[in-house]
Amino acid sequence: MPEPLLEAVGLTRRFGALAANEDVSLTLLSGECHAVIGPNGAGKSTLVAMLAGEQRPDSGRVLLAGEDVTVLGPARRARRGIARSFQITQLCRGLTVRENVMLAVQAAEGRSFRFFRPVRSDASLTAAADSALADAGLSSRAETPAARLSHGEQRQLELALALAQRPRVLLLDEPAAGLGAAETPALTRRLASLKGTVAMLLVEHDMDTVFALADRITVLAGGRVIASGTPQAIRADRAVREAYLGEVVDA
Amino acid sequence: MRERLAVAFGAAAFAVAPFVLEALDESFLLSVLTRMLAYALAAAALDLVLGYGGMMSFGHGAFLGTGAYVAGVLLHHRAEGSAVMEWPLRVGGTAEALIAWPAAAAVCGVLAAAIGAISLRTRGVHFIMITLAFAQMVYFLVLALPQYGGTDGLMIPSRNVLAGWPLAGDAPLYWVALVLLALFLVFARRAMASRFGLALRGARMNERRALALGLPVYRLRLVAFTLSGAVTGLAGAILANQASFVSPDLLSWQRSGELLVMVILGGQGTLFGPVLGALALLAAEEELAQITEHWMLVLGPVLLLVVLFFRGGLWRVVAGVRGDA
Repeated sequence: MPEPLLEAVGLTRRFGALAANEDVSLTLLSGECHAVIGPNGAGKSTLVAMLAGEQRPDSGRVLLAGEDVTVLGPARRARRGIARSFQITQLCRGLTVRENVMLAVQAAEGRSFRFFRPVRSDASLTAAADSALADAGLSSRAETPAARLSHGEQRQLELALALAQRPRVLLLDEPAAGLGAAETPALTRRLASLKGTVAMLLVEHDMDTVFALADRITVLAGGRVIASGTPQAIRADRAVREAYLGEVVDA
Repeated sequence: MRERLAVAFGAAAFAVAPFVLEALDESFLLSVLTRMLAYALAAAALDLVLGYGGMMSFGHGAFLGTGAYVAGVLLHHRAEGSAVMEWPLRVGGTAEALIAWPAAAAVCGVLAAAIGAISLRTRGVHFIMITLAFAQMVYFLVLALPQYGGTDGLMIPSRNVLAGWPLAGDAPLYWVALVLLALFLVFARRAMASRFGLALRGARMNERRALALGLPVYRLRLVAFTLSGAVTGLAGAILANQASFVSPDLLSWQRSGELLVMVILGGQGTLFGPVLGALALLAAEEELAQITEHWMLVLGPVLLLVVLFFRGGLWRVVAGVRGDA
């Protein structure tokens, strides 16, 4: 068994009396896509926030490549190779599409204290940004302010930013949120093409996307892990069908 | 394009102003313009923090005043032939601007780094209040120094000399102030288009995203705050020379507020806007104060109208551009 790249050990996070996460443990192996599913309010976003360092767990630990990163904030975890996308798009709306990506590239390089050369003529930045934009299919929108993009394009940029960080671990919080019927399969294909190059933790409601991509699935309900296993095993799991899948499939 | 024209026109106007004023026999106005240039430098420096960094500092008066006091105190001791301090090493007074002004900037930079290091751990209204609180501390600290005049302020016997060249009379100080302002604007424009500026602006627009990308948001802001404080201190040193007097009033929260008004009136996040804002505010004060002592009663509503109806400030009206949202 390979050593897990990212590991959550007994994560618990309470908001008052509500336990958003209760003793959640899971592992993410390098190169795999591990999906986390569960009904609304199951604690998926809280789990992602704790893995990304935005929220501190009340108890439990987060390990990155065996190293305890529980006390590190989001920026320091990002510099160690954890990138994320947000359920609600988080962009620098006043910057152009290219500037958004350049920001991701320079953050990953860790060289932001340069005062003299304009970013426009910083060849290493623009080249990396342009290739990331080409991969995301956003080249024609490079000079557009992020605020002017359509919702679908904003979701593409959201993913492109995370990828421009060249992460080891990619945390995807509902990447298909708000996408149309035509856009979701395109996203699925894009994520499928990334499989094997980066470890993905995928939180998603769209079951077609989940079953197309996931090597393993963990099911959360009420803040607890109720099942974890291969997609086939999860499909067959009675508890999961009752708690979650049944509702979605029948709806 | 229009912005370039506006900048070129402004630069040309300041370049010929001394000659025009001399021809019109109104040379005394040059001193007024020098004061405007010094405030313009401070306002542009505050714009780095407020407009680009999104930090509402209500404490920049502390840097303006401290810079003025550093220059003033060094001149005071030079005239007295006494030492600023004897221990741990003897520091004497000096009239040399090449020593005194960098010293003013350095002291204010250190002060800003210390204030910023604590203040930047807070956000929003808390940041406003904590920068104000620190500025008030500096204000009362200076009032408690009787050897430098306390509430009366400090008279400066003579101005600085620049590499041995006395800044006596109105013209030399004017030119030095103009050159320093121009240099800062060129540097700051470049810096805000560089990696540093991009990161600082990105962190203002979306801090959550900036952190998720791994940007060192706290350090970026601290560097901007420190740089801004240092340059504001330099502006203070110019003001001290212009007035030949340093008043604790420079350290007051009213000065901090005025600097904020200059930035917002002129247009945040444009650098040139705050320069225009400083000129406009000081000119309006000057004019209105001659008509009525209740000039703030007139200026207040004007400011209100600008903020309400000219989002982007005067610079947007003049140059057609505004800082990024």
